[in-house]
Amino acid sequence: MTALLEAVDLRKSFGPTPALDGAGLSVRAGEVVAVMGPSGSGKSTLLHCMAGILTPDSGVVRYRDVELSAMPDGRRSELRRTDFGFVFQFGQLVPELSCLENVALPLRLGGLKRRPAEARAREWLDRLEVADVADKRPGETSGGQGQRVAVARALVTGPRVVFADEPTGALDSLNGERVMQLLTTAAKETNAAVVLVTHEARVAAYSDREVVVRDGRSREVEPAR
Amino acid sequence: MSIGHTLLGLLEKGPRHGYDLKRAYDERFGQDRPLHYGQVYTTLSRLLRNGLVEEAGVESGDGPERKRYAITDAGVTDVEQWLGTPEKPEPYLQNTLYAKVVLALLSGRNADDVLDVQRAAHLGTMRALTKRKADGDLADQLICDHALFHLEADLRWLELTAARLGQLSAQLAGVGR
Repeated sequence: MTALLEAVDLRKSFGPTPALDGAGLSVRAGEVVAVMGPSGSGKSTLLHCMAGILTPDSGVVRYRDVELSAMPDGRRSELRRTDFGFVFQFGQLVPELSCLENVALPLRLGGLKRRPAEARAREWLDRLEVADVADKRPGETSGGQGQRVAVARALVTGPRVVFADEPTGALDSLNGERVMQLLTTAAKETNAAVVLVTHEARVAAYSDREVVVRDGRSREVEPAR
Repeated sequence: MSIGHTLLGLLEKGPRHGYDLKRAYDERFGQDRPLHYGQVYTTLSRLLRNGLVEEAGVESGDGPERKRYAITDAGVTDVEQWLGTPEKPEPYLQNTLYAKVVLALLSGRNADDVLDVQRAAHLGTMRALTKRKADGDLADQLICDHALFHLEADLRWLELTAARLGQLSAQLAGVGR
């Protein structure tokens, strides 16, 4: 099967320090890939380059065979809104909006009217088992609830790729596991790919395969036997 | 831990006699359980029989004569295969893993490879347990969680060791032969 999203030989430096030094990763539709590695190894930089948030100094990122760097900025931003979804460790929900409005936001930005946007947002909150916090603001929810709302927001547009950077980093084990279950199940059902950055093995165990980033280089080890 | 493979790994630095091997083993890996002389000599004769070591002369001194043993090409291949094969993921295997990492560093091989191969094996098992958990009842989940937490602890140790390989390598170089 061909790659949906592919990064080849990426290099990226911040000042004199190389964050990526020839990293690569290839992701197919419907696949959950864990990107592991110690702090500062470059795994988040790899994710940001693949999502078109950062531009690598050299190397290529292709989404559906089109180079991200060859796209105009406007097209790249649109792609991030329509085809990509994002889940971060925290701080991604707008505090002034209700959870329902937060989930509906990407649809509203895409031009959908309020009523259908909120109807779809409600479906996703329900799917993530947090329908009861729809009218609350993010600050009024628990960490686990807030993170499920964030997953709902990432998935509501039907993205082809979900980028999750330490999505359970701020949660206890039980909540973290539930978020991973819901995220990976929903992604499989919609055939979305997930690029999952994590340093936790129990989180990575929800993936189909893993790559390890160390000193800015990525490496995939085939499981033995 | 595989004493045979460990002795072979130690012989890669050059030929040694049994007593010297025992000392090197105890110094690096025998903190809790030093080797008995009997173990060393039965292991060496098995390695000799299997063509993994060969006799490399006799050292004579004041005491009794002592045979020196050298690793053969087949022995080197055997060590390489052992280092490249992950240990069956289960709790409390750190001793073997530690020995593998040290021997990889001592012999100038890539110790990251040893750790990466092991990580892949561990994650493979963790993936299977995670799937079983998703399909299972609460008892299944609790049993799997117990295993998952132990495997995770191993992996955290692996990551920590990977981060300290440079330091360990420098320290081993200072320990001498």
